[in-house]
Amino acid sequence: MKIAVCIKQVPARDWQPRVNDERTWVRDQDASFELNEPDAYALEEGLRLKEKHGGDVVVCSAGPARVAQALREALARGADRAIHVEDDSLARADAFAIGGALASAMKDEQFDVVLTGLQSDDQGFAQTGVVLAAMLGMPSATIIMEVDASQAGAVRVKRELEGGWFQFVTLPLPAVLTIQSGINQLRYATLKGIMAAKKKEIRKVAAPADAVSRQTIVSLYVPEKTKKTEMIGGSAAEAAKELVRRLRDEARVIS
Amino acid sequence: MILVIAEQQNGVLNRASIEAVVAAQQAGGTIKVAVAGAHAAAAAATLAEAAVAEVIVLQAAALDTYTLDGYVAGLAHVIAAEKPEHVFLPHTYQTRDFAPALAVKLGMALVTDCIATRGQGSAFVAVRPMFQGKLCADVAPVGAALITFQIGAVRADALARGAAAAPVREAAISVDAGTIRQKPEAPFREAKAAVDLTQAERIVSVGRGIKDQEKIELARQLAAALGAELGASRPICDAGWLPMDRQVGSSGQTVAPKLYLALGISGAIQHLVGMKGARTIVAINKDAEAPIFEVADYGIVADLFEVVPAMLKELQP
Repeated sequence: MKIAVCIKQVPARDWQPRVNDERTWVRDQDASFELNEPDAYALEEGLRLKEKHGGDVVVCSAGPARVAQALREALARGADRAIHVEDDSLARADAFAIGGALASAMKDEQFDVVLTGLQSDDQGFAQTGVVLAAMLGMPSATIIMEVDASQAGAVRVKRELEGGWFQFVTLPLPAVLTIQSGINQLRYATLKGIMAAKKKEIRKVAAPADAVSRQTIVSLYVPEKTKKTEMIGGSAAEAAKELVRRLRDEARVIS
Repeated sequence: MILVIAEQQNGVLNRASIEAVVAAQQAGGTIKVAVAGAHAAAAAATLAEAAVAEVIVLQAAALDTYTLDGYVAGLAHVIAAEKPEHVFLPHTYQTRDFAPALAVKLGMALVTDCIATRGQGSAFVAVRPMFQGKLCADVAPVGAALITFQIGAVRADALARGAAAAPVREAAISVDAGTIRQKPEAPFREAKAAVDLTQAERIVSVGRGIKDQEKIELARQLAAALGAELGASRPICDAGWLPMDRQVGSSGQTVAPKLYLALGISGAIQHLVGMKGARTIVAINKDAEAPIFEVADYGIVADLFEVVPAMLKELQP
């Protein structure tokens, strides 16, 4: 089974983004970056499919040069090789540009299944997997909690619906699946994996000229507060006492 | 003209679809609403009560049960015929499944998870959170766009009703069932939930800041002292520290208790969607910039492992 996993590198979760001077993007020169967490679950699922059914895991990403670090991390966790569509403009691109860049690099690879996280922690489009499927002409299914690839030529997946509902859907292969976080327990890179990753191939590909965004950020800002928050200071003991008093006497939500 | 794609099940619209109609009313101009699926006619009757120009019911046996390929084929048909300036949709799991493929097919922009729109024509922008809600962006789409609205971003009860019922038109659409690649089975629920957080008067909820499964006991003690149920954000349930039925957020429960006390929850947008309707929200978090403070009535920037024991002491009878 030839498995592709599409990953994104995003600013670290604990980074507090600051807006640039043009107010159109963040000052990402100040950021540290990490593998987008939902994509880590997709990678893990890809590695498990390979362990069960054999084959290769190829990890793919579209982004600037720094993205090589996330690809190396995925190789250290067990992916066999990587494809990097490299272009600085992809750092801020929308799901159409990213999908187009990935599709052009992946279309001749004859993947059986393509996995990705359900959304990214930076722009949070929740689109790229489905856009990529449409561009590759593959069927897709989203927010997947279980993957069963034991039938030939098809995959049966468990989709999460809202409010605690689920549904099984069967798709013909090749197919694109967006993976829900929490579908599996993540593995981390071993020292052996890190050493082995140094010898694995990262194929660099130029972005296609037609991979352009269909939306532009005209203004980026800190959201206005809609609620007045009473901040309670002092020592832990003082704050706890004051909070309990306010919940009893002011908000009247405890007795 | 704005075309709203409403979502229904057994003839009942979800609240998010009503909100998408309200968003269209707030954007201004002529509104049409399209609805598909088995029993769509019942939902169309409800939609016709809103101040809209027309309700279009997509008639095709292949659309009775939701599939991505079926909906893309059917909706592409309607959008091509109606040529709306923009298409508004609720940002539900179903929309997330098909809208990107629909946008690719039609060559339209797709701006997701929006909380508002502003301006008309070339000055039109959609407002959406980014970076886990820490920032907001005004986004200009290229040309006609699909815009999806975050659940709860506008109030469904702000719906303007029409003086008379809007006309309902049945649009016969040909969708070839043979071209649908997804073969869905009937939706089901996991074993009956042990706890119904939607009915809880008070909820103490834990997030990543609890750090350790054993520390959840501290939150449990606080919940007991406050007469509250224990809830959690997604990462806690993903890690298996609490069962999935304790999860509050867009993929878990949407709750509206009298008191919601968030311990070590940063407030990712997916979590906020599930709890911002609570009457009184308390946030205790070490990170003063955590987005949870944006929706909190009372905030304490401190180590929860110091504040919670002090609260327990304070709550002793």
